[in-house]
Amino acid sequence: MRVVLQALLWSGMLAVALVGVVLTSATIGPADLSYAVVAKATLNALVVPSGLHPEVTTASVGSLEFPFPLVDISYTDLFSFPVDERDQIIVEDIRLPRIVLGAVVGFALGTAGTVMQGFFRNPMADPSIIGVSSGAAVGAVATIAFPLAIPFGLQTAAFTGALITAAVVYLIATENGRTPVATLLLAGVAIQTFLGAVISYMLLHTGESLNEAVVWLMGHLNRSTWSDVEVTLPITVIFFLILIAYARDLNVLLLGEEDAQSLGIEVERTKRLLLAGSSIITAAAVAVAGVIGFVGLIIPHMMRLVVGADHRILIPTSALAGGTFLVIADTFARSGPAEVPVGIVTAAVGAPFFLFLLRRREVHAL
Amino acid sequence: MISARDVSVAFGDIEVLTGVTLSVETGEFVGLVGPNGAGKTTLLRTLNGILEPDEGGIAVNGEQISDCSSKQISREVGTVPQDTHIGFSFTAEQIVEMGRTPHRSRLDWSDEARPVENALQRAEVEHLREREITELSGGERQRVLLARALAQEPSVLVLDEPTGSLDINHQVSVLELVTDLVRDGRAAIAAIHDLELAARFCDRLILLHEGTIRASGSPATVLSDDKLDEAFDTTTTVSENPVTGAPTVAAIGERPDRDARIHVAGGGAVGQEAIRTLWQAGFEVSVGPVPENDVAAQLADQLGLPLVTAPAFDGPGASHRQEASALAREANAIVLVDGPGRESLRNGYPSENSAVPVVRANLGNSAETARGDGGTVESVQSVDAVAQSVITLLRRRGRGPERTESLEGKRET
Repeated sequence: MRVVLQALLWSGMLAVALVGVVLTSATIGPADLSYAVVAKATLNALVVPSGLHPEVTTASVGSLEFPFPLVDISYTDLFSFPVDERDQIIVEDIRLPRIVLGAVVGFALGTAGTVMQGFFRNPMADPSIIGVSSGAAVGAVATIAFPLAIPFGLQTAAFTGALITAAVVYLIATENGRTPVATLLLAGVAIQTFLGAVISYMLLHTGESLNEAVVWLMGHLNRSTWSDVEVTLPITVIFFLILIAYARDLNVLLLGEEDAQSLGIEVERTKRLLLAGSSIITAAAVAVAGVIGFVGLIIPHMMRLVVGADHRILIPTSALAGGTFLVIADTFARSGPAEVPVGIVTAAVGAPFFLFLLRRREVHAL
Repeated sequence: MISARDVSVAFGDIEVLTGVTLSVETGEFVGLVGPNGAGKTTLLRTLNGILEPDEGGIAVNGEQISDCSSKQISREVGTVPQDTHIGFSFTAEQIVEMGRTPHRSRLDWSDEARPVENALQRAEVEHLREREITELSGGERQRVLLARALAQEPSVLVLDEPTGSLDINHQVSVLELVTDLVRDGRAAIAAIHDLELAARFCDRLILLHEGTIRASGSPATVLSDDKLDEAFDTTTTVSENPVTGAPTVAAIGERPDRDARIHVAGGGAVGQEAIRTLWQAGFEVSVGPVPENDVAAQLADQLGLPLVTAPAFDGPGASHRQEASALAREANAIVLVDGPGRESLRNGYPSENSAVPVVRANLGNSAETARGDGGTVESVQSVDAVAQSVITLLRRRGRGPERTESLEGKRET
């Protein structure tokens, strides 16, 4: 039970830190709110799903109409503390969606980054290494540049673009049912370069919406809504649970594929699953928040220094640390004199910190 | 018990194993020997289920492994890899614990102390448990990997060069441990590079060469088999180690330093043949003097050899003789061939009293005999014997068989 205890202990501590950071962040903004107000308003905002109401509506793509199932979830409030209505709105509808989405996105990127680094046995691996972010960017920028040609919303387009790209890279690198990690890495780099060209070309055609496209590409959390959270949170949680179930397999995979097979791991199947899981979780994050760099790269390195190489502990701690880090970074991004995309903050803070670790020789391997 | 029946494995067009049949019984330690590229590692990778044979099958305790999942196989077969590049900071204990993977469900994260503890004890690495695998020495790491295989609680151990990168003391202690484990009721098969170690520790040796089993049996019989010389392309001699009582093998080798240069005097068809033979045997060759347009001169020219030619009908002048003599003096041996130009060198150069040994090729001319210069001159009657005779002469002069290894490849081509 030692591993379970360690995982729970570390995760508990980091979860407390995350909640603390979320609450602190919610007090910061143009309107000064006290912790007490924020805490009460946050508790008021907590809901539990209390019912499912499936219904069928029609959706139209172009001139085609087809039935489209919708699930309407009704929620019940848990608490009702007396809070000033204005403050309640500021916390619940303005600040919390953005902060919670930041936490979820950071959580997803921390998870995916850890899995990718272990999977590739490469310290430079990050969640986007097989082109997921580039694919999402193509989808998003295409929607911005050619709004009439793309029948879905931006986030759906980004999510789809991300998954298609991951699938293409996987198929290119797979031969006779085997996917050598090195081939996958190179195929990912090549596809990313190619998609970079596509994105640049489309940016030339964005016209007046260039600014919107650039902000998306830099990674942003403004204009976050609860509906973003409603989509991203379940996907993140489900695939996080799947990935954590394979944490021990990932440990064994780090010994090398041949050793892993001689220890009873179905190597190719496990690799497919890890790759699919981390790609989906990354796609879900990138689709709502754009390309936020460095979280998925440095957070796993930092946590590995603290908790060691065992992925049963490393994955949950990196996930929670990723959430915490992104909430802090976004708080800086939005509280300066002029708001900047959070991707700028994560890269500006993350890169020097990473170099510091590198110089201290603390990060040199997995 | 593990057995292979008629196993063939090919990588693309290259057949690596052809019709290999073997079996290792419980309580038996079998050593797999053979030169590099013989297919030893491929055979082991087929035995532990990493590679699927193109033909034939592997059975572990009577069950075909092609019918088993990777998990089922790894409960029965524990593998100790040649050298694992573990570049991250797992502790030795965590590595050994991974050996339990085939026995546990994915979500069972509980500690399973006993098998891990037993494995750590058995491989005598308890004291290393908290150390990171990257910090261990080669010998310690090998024992940890052995402990990992033991944690699988397998009935068969497959070891690929378990002693490959170890100092001699660790080689012995690792193999002693394997022997003990076999006595406890396991079957073990190991690729072992060192013939002497293999003979000392294994119950039986299997000689693999070019993908097929060439010999199998007790160490003494396999090591003294002619097939061993053939497989390693060298001459070996087997004696008994006075201390261990195990057969020991020494490679004697037969060929001299490839850097040696042989000067060939005399042309014509015989001279040409001599040049070719010596060149193929891996010697550097110089030639002269020979008449221009002589076949020997043409060959020497094609090969880009140092060559002294004289006008065809005038015969060599003093300058030609001097030039040829200079080449001959620097050579490690001289071959005098019955052919055009030979006399001129002999006349101009007192070869038979010099420090350079001489081989005289009197092909088809038995009338001429060697002068009695005590070992520096040899007479041979066939071209084939020229190279052998040069080799013998050079060895007598102490130009070493110690560097014969490098010549082996050249000789083949």
